[in-house]
Amino acid sequence: MSEREPVTMMAAPIHLDYVFTAGVAQSKNLHGLEEGKFIGQRCPKCKKVYTLSRGSCPTDGVPTDEIVELPNTGTVTTYCVVNVPFAGQSIEIPYICAQILLDGANLSFMGLIQEMPTDEVRMGMRVEAVWVEPDELGPTMASVKYFRPNGEPDADYETYKEYL
Amino acid sequence: MSRFPELTSGSRPVGVVSFAQYDNVRREGAHNEVEMLMPVVAEVFGSIGITKDDVGFICSGSTDYLVGGPFSFVTALDAVGVWPPRAESHVEMDGAWALYEAWVLLQEGEIDAALVYCFGRSSPGDLSEILALQLDPYYLAPLWPDPTSLAALQAQALIDSGKATEADFAAVASRSRRAALSNPKAQVAYDRTTEELLAEDYEVTPLRRHALPPLTDGAAAVVLAAGEKAYEWCERPAFITGIDHRIETHSIGARDLTVSPSTTLAGEKAGVGHKGVDVAELHAPYAHQELILAEALALDEGVSRNPSGGALAANPMMSAGLIRIGESAKAIWSGQAGRAVAHATSGPCLQQNLVCVLEGV
Amino acid sequence: MADQAEIYTADHVLEYPYLRSVGPVVGAFLTGLRDGKVLGTKGTGGRVIVPPTEYDPETGEETAGMVEVGPEGTVTTWTWVARPRPKHPLPEPFAWVLVRFDGADTSFLHVLKASGPEAVASGMRVRPEFRTEGERVGHVKDISHFVAAGGAP
Repeated sequence: MSEREPVTMMAAPIHLDYVFTAGVAQSKNLHGLEEGKFIGQRCPKCKKVYTLSRGSCPTDGVPTDEIVELPNTGTVTTYCVVNVPFAGQSIEIPYICAQILLDGANLSFMGLIQEMPTDEVRMGMRVEAVWVEPDELGPTMASVKYFRPNGEPDADYETYKEYL
Repeated sequence: MSRFPELTSGSRPVGVVSFAQYDNVRREGAHNEVEMLMPVVAEVFGSIGITKDDVGFICSGSTDYLVGGPFSFVTALDAVGVWPPRAESHVEMDGAWALYEAWVLLQEGEIDAALVYCFGRSSPGDLSEILALQLDPYYLAPLWPDPTSLAALQAQALIDSGKATEADFAAVASRSRRAALSNPKAQVAYDRTTEELLAEDYEVTPLRRHALPPLTDGAAAVVLAAGEKAYEWCERPAFITGIDHRIETHSIGARDLTVSPSTTLAGEKAGVGHKGVDVAELHAPYAHQELILAEALALDEGVSRNPSGGALAANPMMSAGLIRIGESAKAIWSGQAGRAVAHATSGPCLQQNLVCVLEGV
Repeated sequence: MADQAEIYTADHVLEYPYLRSVGPVVGAFLTGLRDGKVLGTKGTGGRVIVPPTEYDPETGEETAGMVEVGPEGTVTTWTWVARPRPKHPLPEPFAWVLVRFDGADTSFLHVLKASGPEAVASGMRVRPEFRTEGERVGHVKDISHFVAAGGAP
């Protein structure tokens, strides 16, 4: 008979291996990133252009077949300043995390803002993407190092109020 | 004569009026889940000339473990397009249970039609490992028993009970795969005799390759419509006259694996035995399970079992059950069957079972 | 249909370092295994349930009290695995068995070491091979495997 304490916990580690398939639409986006370009996809019904589309218009449920090359510039629709450290953090705090609406797109996505004081970030700020070195480009969002102010006057609220 | 059949379950006639399924394939490497679902949803609406605006509820069945991506069921909604916001729900189960939820909502009478869809891919991960995670986490999962091994324990128990032989399993596989030759969506179809199949090596005793389901990537969708709406969209709706689902303990060693009391009870509640049955689409991933199910539902020799080939022809996870309901509905639309029994299963060794009785008028 | 060659795929690993609370009933069973014995619990009508659960799996009634069973038992069903999978408990060919321990009314899933499928049958008598006391941690794999009772068949 054991003198040890009763068993109260059990380790149940799980490890599963997958091969993830990006699919047709996302592969086009990833290929664009590999070439240092943002790819948008237009819905044939509502004509909206989606960045990082999974291949479907989330409003109409139809394939977004038309490919649209998007520019490097966009507008900060909203943002937050991260001051809280967390496990796996790769950037020094504080840093700015923003929703960025590329010019010509109808869907924003999340990006980092750098090369500016964190207390000067604002809605409507105009930004441009800074890409990694050409030999470091890959089919990943990590190809975009971050966004930075491009010096243009802030966008009018009316131009992005639909995307908040 | 009434335009609606007598109901065993519920009080409002709800019919299956449209059905579509993706091509069942071993590996859908090119398209993501949304891209797989879009053509299925387009077909299930398009074939009866309706749009998502015509349904008041959307319910889906899938499990994120299959692709290893959290909330894949939420992204999958992009295949329908849920703007303006839609009434929607999801079950981490086969689409047959999503259909059950939609049927319950339709009974309330607030809506007249619903879309049910489901998707499941076996190719991104190792299905044998993923399905081990549905087991008891203390006693079973740490041993990583794969679903085929568990099914084999059941098959051996069936042999030991004297109820069936390996040749009986092969006969089920031979008939199912031959029937699958006329199913354009079948993944595995062939014309081989029982004797030829018995010459195969064991995968795990007493199951040979033929007794196992294929690994399948697939998706399916159904439109349900209530009352007159069903006739508006379908000449001969497959009305759900009875539906019920029951579960047994997850302590696999506490079950008699040679019988399926949950199927028997669900079948009784769904009124399977009230009238004759023309077609039975049974979700039996492993050949011997068809024998257990047929006994549990007391199906006689005259019933056409799995004319689609069943899950032995294609077994997309989270979808093969709803496909049984869809195939049964097709048999009624065409007039080939007046009354059909569709069955869906979930869990190891037929742990949970849903029985749906469909009738045409 | 896009050209397959243009489709990106990526390896993706999902890991969960779960540490589960076992509770009084599962905990008692695992403690028993750690101490080299097999425990069951009493369900409805005195039925002995192994592995034990907090409730009778048939009636749902609360179970009460632990009883020692086995260590020998009888195989109720089995399957021979000629090609074990990486996560299976044994690297060499083995049998999965459901074992009804002496004194138990339900069966327990584990693996059996045997020379081949011809050496395994329902009804055969088996006993657990425990890991050494130092290796046991309170886990279902504290039983390394089963063997035919009375030595190799």
